[in-house]
Amino acid sequence: MDLIADHISHRFGALEVLNDVSFTLSAGEVVAVVGPSGCGKSTLLSILGGLLRPTAGAAKWRGAPPSGSLNPLTFVFQDFALLPWSTVEANVEFPLLHPALTVGERHAQVDDALRRTGLTDFRGAYPRQLSGGMRQRVGIARALAVRPAILLMDEPLSALDSQTRELLLEDFIGLLADGAMGAVYVTHNLEEAVRIADRIVVLSRRPGRVREIVPVAMTRAERGTADARSKLLALQNELWSLIRNEAIDAEREVQHA
Amino acid sequence: MLDRGPPRAQRTDARPVAFRGAGFAPRASRHAGWIAMLVVLAVWQAAGSAGLVNSLFLPSPSAIMRAIWQLAVSGALWQHVSASLMRIGTGWILGTVAGIAVGFAIGLFNQARAIGITFISALFPIPKIALLPLLILWLGIGEEPKIATIALGVFFSTAISVYSGVDAVPRNLIRMAQSFNVPFETIVLRVIWPGALPSILAGFRISASVALLLVVSAEMIGADRGIGAFVLQAGNLMQTDQLLAGVVILSLFGLAVGKLINWLEARLLHWR
Repeated sequence: MDLIADHISHRFGALEVLNDVSFTLSAGEVVAVVGPSGCGKSTLLSILGGLLRPTAGAAKWRGAPPSGSLNPLTFVFQDFALLPWSTVEANVEFPLLHPALTVGERHAQVDDALRRTGLTDFRGAYPRQLSGGMRQRVGIARALAVRPAILLMDEPLSALDSQTRELLLEDFIGLLADGAMGAVYVTHNLEEAVRIADRIVVLSRRPGRVREIVPVAMTRAERGTADARSKLLALQNELWSLIRNEAIDAEREVQHA
Repeated sequence: MLDRGPPRAQRTDARPVAFRGAGFAPRASRHAGWIAMLVVLAVWQAAGSAGLVNSLFLPSPSAIMRAIWQLAVSGALWQHVSASLMRIGTGWILGTVAGIAVGFAIGLFNQARAIGITFISALFPIPKIALLPLLILWLGIGEEPKIATIALGVFFSTAISVYSGVDAVPRNLIRMAQSFNVPFETIVLRVIWPGALPSILAGFRISASVALLLVVSAEMIGADRGIGAFVLQAGNLMQTDQLLAGVVILSLFGLAVGKLINWLEARLLHWR
């Protein structure tokens, strides 16, 4: 299943946030979206996932979602968005309550998602009892439970400490390794972008426009070698040079807002 | 300990860093409140027994306890308490059910919000007891106007706490549910209701106090049974021990309601 950003523009009242953003995510592909603060990355993701109606243009999809997918476009949120009154198990089960699943099927999907994210032993815990990293794992388990075609990840690691971020990034790379799921990965962290993405969409400062789409010319499996790491670092520096001046301008704009 | 740095000279003139983090974290002692209460009662009793206080104006705690005992033995206590409980119970349930329904409507729907908030803002500040004469005119002189007064008082505070609670439910949770195509009624039941529950229970605490206040006021205006009527009667007859017995019963009733809501919070909000 492909996901298409088709000339998307958006404004909040007088504030123009996105301007004519277009790109296509092919099945199984991971596209990172980077850009200066306030350039509309999260707004773009909300539009792509159908949570926000764009002022102009459209989010479209093409092809068929994988069989058994209950929610082809599934979000992983920056703030985890867990129900604090529900256990880990109930949080993962939450999106499975309404489709026509039998109790047995539902439990099987919950068990599978908990197992894939290493949460089986924590199924009875409440979110407040978990660390930030474990809470995000619950968010990922909940997303996996509906068997998505494309994950829409809105800065999923930005609320976490650097060690947890590293561990979860490795998990993400593992989950996306077989190409069964694609992802739009919004981040301000260029290192994450070059490590996880097949292509990187660089947005300009507000109103966000596509400045460049940069391919990462190696498979994720190849990115662990010393040679690959130096290439990725060079790419990261190249991306930073693309957005550095605008990031400075954006920061000053935010400070003066 | 492995210190890979160069060796440092040992000095003996170090001073401890002064602790500056004390205070601003008050904790309620489990027994201090009760001990203070017992001390006040003991002083009060001693002053009464020593004749330092005129028992007509302030009867001693033992005299008040005797009055409560006599009321209980004679059966009058239950007559008055049951009449008040019936009025409070019926009025509170009616007001709460209506308040929850209207509060949710205001919290969820544009039209209901526009209309509901205007009406609530206009009518909430009216002391509901002022409407009792009008309600008597409309509903007669039986139980109905007293129950309606209580229900009105409870309704407004409940509706406000419910829609405030609905407004306070984190929007990210609603967006999360929408992103999974969860139906509207499931979002209301599984996201908004539990999210609003802390505010709703806090509202129950307030509405129970409002109900208690209104039942006493209503019974003082137009009833021959009930704690309010009993307190007024005792005051008119200068039976201050009986009057304070009624006040103690009201206080116990308020405490019981508080305990009940604490229990509900512990059961329903254990996740906090």
